[in-house]
Amino acid sequence: MEINVLYYLLPSLVMFCCGIYGFLTRKNMIAMLISLELMLNAVDINFTVINRFIYPDGQEGMFFSLFAIAIAAAETAMAIAIIINLYRVNKNVDVRDANKLQG
Amino acid sequence: MNPIIPLLILCLPLLGFLVLGLLGHKMSHKAAGWYGVLSMGTTMVLAYITAATYFFSNDAAFITEAGNRLQHIIFNQDWLQFTDSLIIRLGFLLDPISALLIVVITTISFCVHLYSLGYMEGEKGFQRYYAFLQLFSFSMLGLVVATNIFQMYIFWELVGASSYLLIGFYYTRPSAVSASKKAFIVTRFADLGFLIGILILSYVTGTFDFTDFTSVQDGSSYAVALNTPMGILARFQGATFMGCSLLTWALVLIFMGGMGKSAMLPLHIWLPDAMEGPTPVSALIHAATMVVAGVYLVARLFPLYLMEEAALMFITVVGAITAFYAAVVACTQIDIKRVLAFSTISQIAFMMVSLGVARPEFHESLGYMASMFHLFTHAMFKALLFLGAGALIHAVHSNDYTAMGGLRKYMPITHITFLIGCLAIAGIPPFSGFFSKDEILSACYQQSWIWGAWMSMVAGLTAFYMFRLYYLIFWWDEPDYGHHKPHDGPWVMSLPLVFLAAVSCVAGFIPFGTLVSWNGVPYHIHIDWMGVALPSIIIAVAAIALATVMYRKKNSLPEKFAKASCGLWTAAHNRFYWDEIYLFITHKIIFNGICRPIAWFDRHIIDGSMNGLAWLAQRLSITIRPLQSGSVQAYVYIYLFGALLLGAITTACVLL
Repeated sequence: MEINVLYYLLPSLVMFCCGIYGFLTRKNMIAMLISLELMLNAVDINFTVINRFIYPDGQEGMFFSLFAIAIAAAETAMAIAIIINLYRVNKNVDVRDANKLQG
Repeated sequence: MNPIIPLLILCLPLLGFLVLGLLGHKMSHKAAGWYGVLSMGTTMVLAYITAATYFFSNDAAFITEAGNRLQHIIFNQDWLQFTDSLIIRLGFLLDPISALLIVVITTISFCVHLYSLGYMEGEKGFQRYYAFLQLFSFSMLGLVVATNIFQMYIFWELVGASSYLLIGFYYTRPSAVSASKKAFIVTRFADLGFLIGILILSYVTGTFDFTDFTSVQDGSSYAVALNTPMGILARFQGATFMGCSLLTWALVLIFMGGMGKSAMLPLHIWLPDAMEGPTPVSALIHAATMVVAGVYLVARLFPLYLMEEAALMFITVVGAITAFYAAVVACTQIDIKRVLAFSTISQIAFMMVSLGVARPEFHESLGYMASMFHLFTHAMFKALLFLGAGALIHAVHSNDYTAMGGLRKYMPITHITFLIGCLAIAGIPPFSGFFSKDEILSACYQQSWIWGAWMSMVAGLTAFYMFRLYYLIFWWDEPDYGHHKPHDGPWVMSLPLVFLAAVSCVAGFIPFGTLVSWNGVPYHIHIDWMGVALPSIIIAVAAIALATVMYRKKNSLPEKFAKASCGLWTAAHNRFYWDEIYLFITHKIIFNGICRPIAWFDRHIIDGSMNGLAWLAQRLSITIRPLQSGSVQAYVYIYLFGALLLGAITTACVLL
């Protein structure tokens, strides 16, 4: 059996959809953050796979993924800091209580 | 001629203004006042040197072999260049009338500076007052030596501004504030006409320079060469706008500026109110110098006016009506400064008429010389009268003659000098006013007996109202002065009075015709004793006799006359309701009829449309406000929906 591009893309699609579903349905912000990471990683996989199979001469996709991972780490740190602060105010991490910014 | 002295004449007063304006508050009153006096005195000496050099040095730059006086530009600096030929320059033009005027201005200004040391003593803002006087002197000198009409306009506005500042000197008094605003607005309105006139003239001729406009081709006639601006103007005489030639329009519009500054009917209303300023200011600005700027303007452009009979006719008619109107009003005023103000209007109108009737065909434009002669003598005796009035007001603390009477005993110097001023303005020989007024009347009779008779009548009225004023102040009935009897002012106030009175006694004997004439050709003044002089003396003496009968001792004759005049006295006392007419026009017609609808349009249509837009934006934002719910997942739903939609659209576009 030859491993072609679809074997990579289909799992990543599943990961991405799981991420969207999780992000929309979970009320716990930590869980939403995990869903977000899931989506990001799906995108990273896509970058590397498409680089590997469609433009094998280039390295851009690989490096882009590396950057995305680094930035995602920073972003996660930020998000967790925000969540901790929200916890201090609300005494929980429920996203339904974090609606102070409504118009 | 070395340009240093003329330059200093302009720079010293300007420097004085800057020094007193910027550092005045650090100086004592005495230091500031004497600095102003010395600065003006130096300027006066320099002006005398300049004028004497011009008139008597026989330099080839100033006078030809045949004795014709020339216009001489001492310096002329490019200031603003529009095109190659259209350049605004600032310079110093020396010719008979500018030399005459710098002498008049510096002399009167010096007298006023000296006099103010006594008159303004201890006033708040003493240094500011002197700074403004210096500014005015600078502006007025710049105006008369202007080499081109645009420089004249610049200084014209500067004298207007300094007049505004000085009328409103007592800025805590509401009447002074409104008088200064009135003066500024009325003259500014007139200057609009002046500016349009300048623009028409410079558009047609492509130049601003007086020497181009007024160069007289040969000594005796004003033949125009077609390549000079005057030739261009001659070609434009054909172009018409609303029935008059373009040249007529330009000249009449320029004259309108002169009407505003010189307080000709119907723009005279600011001058009587301008008496709210300190009295020395009235003497300097509103009697002797600034108000004759209009006469000077017409005289400066006189060769141009000669090309257009209609414009000269307009000047004559306006002047004649104004002279009569102001003389009648002056007969009924109570405030002595207002009497003098109306007398000033009347006398300036004399000069205007004199210019209006001047023609080269009649005795070498006698009217031009007469007008300048009267400008000179009038400046001296009217400044004298105003300074005398200032001394009276200083002594009695009231402007109204009702508070005065019998003052001849208490104020002998003021009495004698005031009497000399009155005799001069009434035209009694040998005082200066007789000679200049006689020349004006001769010029009028040469043009037409109608103007002559009319102006003779006004001259009679002049003698009457001046002696009415004189008797009411110095004779009549003595009111109770209490313990503090009025007395003559300090020497700084008396000296200018004596000096100006002396000048008024002898100025008539100056051979003016050899100094000033419209084309520089000298000629000798003849006094036509039988035809003009004797009748005018008889008229003046009769008017003085009438005033003596009516006002020498307290009696009921004036009241009877006032009652018998069928309301004429009341009308004249109320200045023939010109102010009311202006109030009616401005308030009822312009404010209510024009400004109110425009204000309504602004408030409801312009503001309304802007308010409507704001209201619409507000409604819209209220409508879309719930979208910002604050719940993150709601946003994500919307985002997802949008992303899917975009994806669908992209796919559809790619596939189809």
